[in-house]
Amino acid sequence: MKTIIINYGAGNIQSIKFALQRLGVEAVLSHDTDEIRNADKVIFPGVGEASSAMRKLQETQLDKVISTLSQPVLGICLGMQLMCNSSEEGNTQGLGIFDTEVVRFSENVKVPQIGWNTVQNLKSDLFNGIRENEYMYLVHSYYAKKSSEMIAESEYDIKYASALQKDNFYGVQFHPEKSSKAGSRILENFLKL
Amino acid sequence: MLTKRIIPCLDIKNGRTVKGVNFVNLRDAGDPVELAKIYADEGADELVFLDISATEERRKTLQKLVLDVAVQVDIPFTVGGGISSVEDVDRMLQAGADKVSINSAAVKRPALINELASKFGNQCIVIAIDAKQIDGEWMVHLVGGKVPTDIKLFDWAKEVEQRGAGEILFTSMNHDGTKNGFANEALATLSEIVNIPIIASGGAGNMEHFKDTFVEGKADAALAASVFHFKEIPIPALKQYLKTNGIDVRI
Repeated sequence: MKTIIINYGAGNIQSIKFALQRLGVEAVLSHDTDEIRNADKVIFPGVGEASSAMRKLQETQLDKVISTLSQPVLGICLGMQLMCNSSEEGNTQGLGIFDTEVVRFSENVKVPQIGWNTVQNLKSDLFNGIRENEYMYLVHSYYAKKSSEMIAESEYDIKYASALQKDNFYGVQFHPEKSSKAGSRILENFLKL
Repeated sequence: MLTKRIIPCLDIKNGRTVKGVNFVNLRDAGDPVELAKIYADEGADELVFLDISATEERRKTLQKLVLDVAVQVDIPFTVGGGISSVEDVDRMLQAGADKVSINSAAVKRPALINELASKFGNQCIVIAIDAKQIDGEWMVHLVGGKVPTDIKLFDWAKEVEQRGAGEILFTSMNHDGTKNGFANEALATLSEIVNIPIIASGGAGNMEHFKDTFVEGKADAALAASVFHFKEIPIPALKQYLKTNGIDVRI
């Protein structure tokens, strides 16, 4: 099985590679469109600012490739946000895979949200063996609005989508690679899809 | 609910932990990776590694340590101590650190915060502030509290937020090492005047101190060293205590 972590220069992707290593999987970092198309599993990470990350995707034509993939794809954090229709951050147009918008948390709460929050209403095989209200590590200033594609929900000021799924596309706002044993289980579930 | 975070801090010198670690179940008390794994398993929410070495080799040694931790530990961690440039931060993040903590370098050249935030995102920039209360006024100090400045804590906190800091790690020099509790009044003021998470540091002596800093000090996270290293406060017991007292923690 070949697992690719899309490497488009947005943020620290080593942690994901190491988390998969702990599960006995050697993932390959790549921005090669053919290699990505031919992989069994694709992880789409991202940390940082939405519009500059989207520009980097466009420079390597990856913006066109990702939404055409047919194998299981997992967007993490900014990766998930970029898979939505749009993001308020940098007024960015997204890949349009998930039919929802990404907006900024209000000033009622501290921004960014940093730390461990719970996930509820878990749906999807991605959460096999994960209990309701399990804790996940999150770091973000923008969130995806609730939608019919929501497979996990969290609350910070408002309720929002902390995971989304459409067909073979999965997205999680939290960092499974940094969420202790439960996070590791989610990565393991993804590899089994 | 977003939970309050408990963060053990490890002082690192030449790649080894220092300043007293007394874990009976450790094979090698100086190995930061082994200690980090134990803390992660016990339920620590994050870890901070503070490099206090001053040798020529420090950069490479620290980079290797960061890599070793990133390979083996499945919770987030921050690296601090002598980080002063975009290149330094890049190296630490590339090696697998989640965040970096910047102290003196930000005071000396505040524009560094803007540069780091725009290049790496504000979520990975922790600004550490050491301050001492002198004649009723909290003043920023450098070099572990040894060198005073004429910068006021609350002005500086607002400035670092505006420049793009993702979090503030506030250490009260008046409280650090006393084991008499955190500087809750100053912490609560910080939480009111800025809208980014505040990590309380300095003064932890018992479990009640942690409760107080979350309730009275409105802190988002609490950092401590010796009470954890010497097993005076085991992390599982601390979290159970906090939960019993109505504070949301991850158990």
